[in-house]
Amino acid sequence: MAEQVEREHMDFDVVIVGAGPSGLAAACRLMQQANEAERELSVCVVEKGSEVGAHILSGAIFEPRALDELFPDWAERGAPLNTPAIRDEVYLLKDDSSARKLPNALVPKTMHNVGTPGAESGRNYVISAGNLCRWLGEQAEELGVETFPGFAAQEVLYDEGGTVRGIITGDMGVGADGEPKDGYMPGMELRAKYTLFAEGARGHLGKRLIERFDLAKGRDPQHYAIGFKELWDVPAERHEPGLVLHGSGWPLDKETHGGFFLYHGENQQVMVGLIVDLAYSNPYLSPFDEFQRLKHHPLLKQYLEGGSRVAYGARAITKGGINCLPKMTFPGGLLIGCDAGTLNFAKIKGLHTAMKSGLVAAETVFEAIQGGDEGGQELTSFTTRWERSWAYRELREAANFGPAIHKYGTVMGGAYNFIDQWLGGKLPAVHDTTPDHAKLEQAAQGRKIDYPKPDGKLSFDKPSSVFLSNTNHEEDQPSHLRLKDPAVPIRDNLPTFDEPAQRYCPVGVYEVIEGDDGQPKFQINFQNCIHCKTCDIKDPAQNIEWVAPEGGGGPNYPNM
Amino acid sequence: MKVLVAVKRVIDYNVKIRVKADHSDVDLTNVKMAMNPFCEIAVEEAVRLKEKGIASEIVAVTVGPKAAQEQLRTALALGADRAIHVATDERVESLAVAKLLKRVADEEQPQLVILGKQAIDTDNNQTGQMLAALTGWGQGTFASKVDVKDGTVDVTREIDGGLQTVALKLPAVVTTDLRLNEPRYAKLPDIMKAKKKPLDTKTPEELGVDIASKVSLLQAEAPAERKGGIKVGSVDELLDKLKNEAKVIS
Amino acid sequence: MSILILADHHDGHLASATAHVVTAAQQIGGDIDILIAGQDVQGVAEQAAKLDGVARVRVADNPVYAHQLAEPLADLLVVLADDYSHVLASSSTTGKNVLPRLAALKDVAAISDILDVVSADTFKRPIYAGNAIATVQSADPLKVITVRGTAFDAAGETGSATIEAVDAVIDNALSSFVDERLEQSERPELSAARVVISGGRGMGNGENFKLLDGIADKLGAAIGASRAAVDAGFVPNDMQVGQTGKIVAPELYIAVGISGAIQHLAGMKDSKVIVAINKDEEAPIFQVADYGLVGDLFQVLPELEGKF
Repeated sequence: MAEQVEREHMDFDVVIVGAGPSGLAAACRLMQQANEAERELSVCVVEKGSEVGAHILSGAIFEPRALDELFPDWAERGAPLNTPAIRDEVYLLKDDSSARKLPNALVPKTMHNVGTPGAESGRNYVISAGNLCRWLGEQAEELGVETFPGFAAQEVLYDEGGTVRGIITGDMGVGADGEPKDGYMPGMELRAKYTLFAEGARGHLGKRLIERFDLAKGRDPQHYAIGFKELWDVPAERHEPGLVLHGSGWPLDKETHGGFFLYHGENQQVMVGLIVDLAYSNPYLSPFDEFQRLKHHPLLKQYLEGGSRVAYGARAITKGGINCLPKMTFPGGLLIGCDAGTLNFAKIKGLHTAMKSGLVAAETVFEAIQGGDEGGQELTSFTTRWERSWAYRELREAANFGPAIHKYGTVMGGAYNFIDQWLGGKLPAVHDTTPDHAKLEQAAQGRKIDYPKPDGKLSFDKPSSVFLSNTNHEEDQPSHLRLKDPAVPIRDNLPTFDEPAQRYCPVGVYEVIEGDDGQPKFQINFQNCIHCKTCDIKDPAQNIEWVAPEGGGGPNYPNM
Repeated sequence: MKVLVAVKRVIDYNVKIRVKADHSDVDLTNVKMAMNPFCEIAVEEAVRLKEKGIASEIVAVTVGPKAAQEQLRTALALGADRAIHVATDERVESLAVAKLLKRVADEEQPQLVILGKQAIDTDNNQTGQMLAALTGWGQGTFASKVDVKDGTVDVTREIDGGLQTVALKLPAVVTTDLRLNEPRYAKLPDIMKAKKKPLDTKTPEELGVDIASKVSLLQAEAPAERKGGIKVGSVDELLDKLKNEAKVIS
Repeated sequence: MSILILADHHDGHLASATAHVVTAAQQIGGDIDILIAGQDVQGVAEQAAKLDGVARVRVADNPVYAHQLAEPLADLLVVLADDYSHVLASSSTTGKNVLPRLAALKDVAAISDILDVVSADTFKRPIYAGNAIATVQSADPLKVITVRGTAFDAAGETGSATIEAVDAVIDNALSSFVDERLEQSERPELSAARVVISGGRGMGNGENFKLLDGIADKLGAAIGASRAAVDAGFVPNDMQVGQTGKIVAPELYIAVGISGAIQHLAGMKDSKVIVAINKDEEAPIFQVADYGLVGDLFQVLPELEGKF
């Protein structure tokens, strides 16, 4: 249908897909250079969330290195970095009631957030990544960037030669039956000399670009995790701004990797979360329920008890690191940030490296355009610049972190990482060549897990959780969660894996219910989708395809 | 004829609100804000009047903080020709808003003022009626149909149990109900053009209106949580309770 | 203190909402008068005179008030209001139409949709679709207030107020009545219904929603649905009660086969009385229901229909 529609178009020098840390950093840097060179430059950012920050969810501990480069005066500009990390604590949870605190000397150096006492250097901040993006969005607007929240990039725009020439925004006002409704508005072509794809982890266009241009050739398959986060108002006496807790162990079993975080931020709030590696094998595992029961551990409960949960969300994390990092260049565009996979899993941080990839992209693109480039080239100089950057160096040193944990487990892998990091990434390379979706064992081998019922105080069910993500989609539109073969969930996944979508989806989008005929039926409640992309990653049949819904749909995360 | 449309910046209808810990008000820090849905319908109706050749100019107006200009830009992107921002950071009650709009109407001399029937934050449902009172114009509230004729407008109103149509002498005030129309989406080129459309800023002082309110908000609290009642053993017992204890059926 | 209540009435009948407003007025305290404005409304005045606690029923019987148009009603109230400290009406479409106009003409604030009387000048009212309750205090000399009827009990009918005619003559050149179409046989709107009966996924399929029809007919109820039932394709979107659907606050809400997901609870928790019928006795709906009946809806519904 896309071919037949005569679409309106707009032309820009640069189109950026996604108003996250990397996209906005790139937008700001492009404009800074243009303003400095007194050159007109049109830069447009499209964002599927209803506003900048609406779909942003991250821990987050923020290392300000890239921000220092972008806006050395960020403090004067009011960047929302208000809570310096003051104390790191790392724990191993042995069971549901005991925890062992790791002596500081044994904590991997990448997990240090406090920095040198008295010095600015090395100090990280407990922040809301959503609010950082809101602020970056304001800076971008002031610099002259056109930001369009509520507009999803639905398709990549290619020319006859297969070069990327921009994107096509999603149609608005299409009914569930696929027919135009009152107020139908066809998507537009946003044409650009260069297009930067910065959709975040498992972007649906990024995924297609990687396939089309074979960007992952010679790399390990990408690896992912799902990260949960809740924001809590806590009583004043339990709040210690700047306190940073990390840990692993219970409630995850030995075969399932991951770890928790609990950060004390501003406004008497605590952010608590669990990251579960999506390479898990037990089809009965429910990451959501693991997170809910985690909060009952005395170590976490001591901060949350008496408080109230104010926000909930989840998002996939691209965690493969440098072994899995695809080629980031192709004719007419670049793939940046978590859309490519620039997160440093050893630091459990990706904001700074994502932003740095955006800065490098902006510098490369601006140089080309300034030199008279009319667009559509493959900017190979990006790769050179990127590989010379501190961000790339960081990723190289952390190369073995993730694979070592996959291979040796959280504890032994952690020890390996500890040694490896002190050696600066000199241990022999470890690779994990099985994609996450292929790790799932059959239900017959799986272990059923009897999760405790949520108590409504520390732990909650999925409906009351999605309620706190402020999620909404226009109901009368086609589902944006597409099944390549609608028969697969009931015919294959149900008998083989007890349809794990029922459990890995953090908001209960997927259900197996009894149909009219008494037979099981696969139900997709797409209105609840918080755009975490886990289904696209973990479905063992790779049968679920996440595409962008009508712009403005999805969660409305405040302060996440 | 000229149409004046009033719009309000409110919390997005998808966002769950929560009361501040000190119960002084609702916490709006970093929550998504948007144009009040009923105001979107008001803008849409004005745009349709212009498309039909009935309206010649659409002026959008809002009262609120600087950030409320975002909603004026939205109105401009949707088809308003220019905008007026009455800038204040104070909490402004319906009566004061109506007084400010009255002054804007005095200056602009519109034939029709369209407002949402209520804002989804304070849920007052007052401003349109008050503006009509202050201007001495007729009011067509809760409109599900607006039919402009020569010198009059027929407004079909959603009233309890049905619909009522009234004819109002122009100029008049209309407030919108949900079924009046389905607002359109703003187009990207129009959003860009909206940035260049004229937007005037005025202050309540310049308009000569004292916005101080005689109504004070003493506190905001979360609604009392419902407590579970009792389990009944049979349909008969249920009916008995509904008749004789709850007295909701007879 | 003295209070004037603008009565709701239609077709010669005093609306039940007015009896609830009288109770709110009693809680404020002071002499209570009721104004009946309309055409040929002597019968309505006699009904109003029976409401407990009412001192006087004032009758403005004139064709100009026949259709409850806001412009003449507000002008009439402006003339009368000088004798009162409070003017009240129910939160009906008439009350909401007329009272803010009166308030502005008197240069005072209006207070909408009160749920509770804290004192003669302080009231509780819902904001943000009932997700917060505001306590507001008015320093205006005249309080103009609409009252949410379901939040107050109805006053009794054992009174005998005096009935007096109001002779103020109001002219209306601003608006005129064209026509009115009241829905007689069709079910009421979800958001305006006195009784709502909703089905959830427990209904099993769309066909089974017919089981609700008979009960809805008998009770004059609107039929709603939970999001799960809408998502499962049983019924169309516009029947949905909850988060992205409608907020309802009827006097009686009957939830059938609804588990009670928070989205749904958010849409109906302001109902005065909630009845839940569900076969799963652990269903969260029972935590908010005033009366819960654990049972198979396919047995309970026909029995209920027969006995209502």
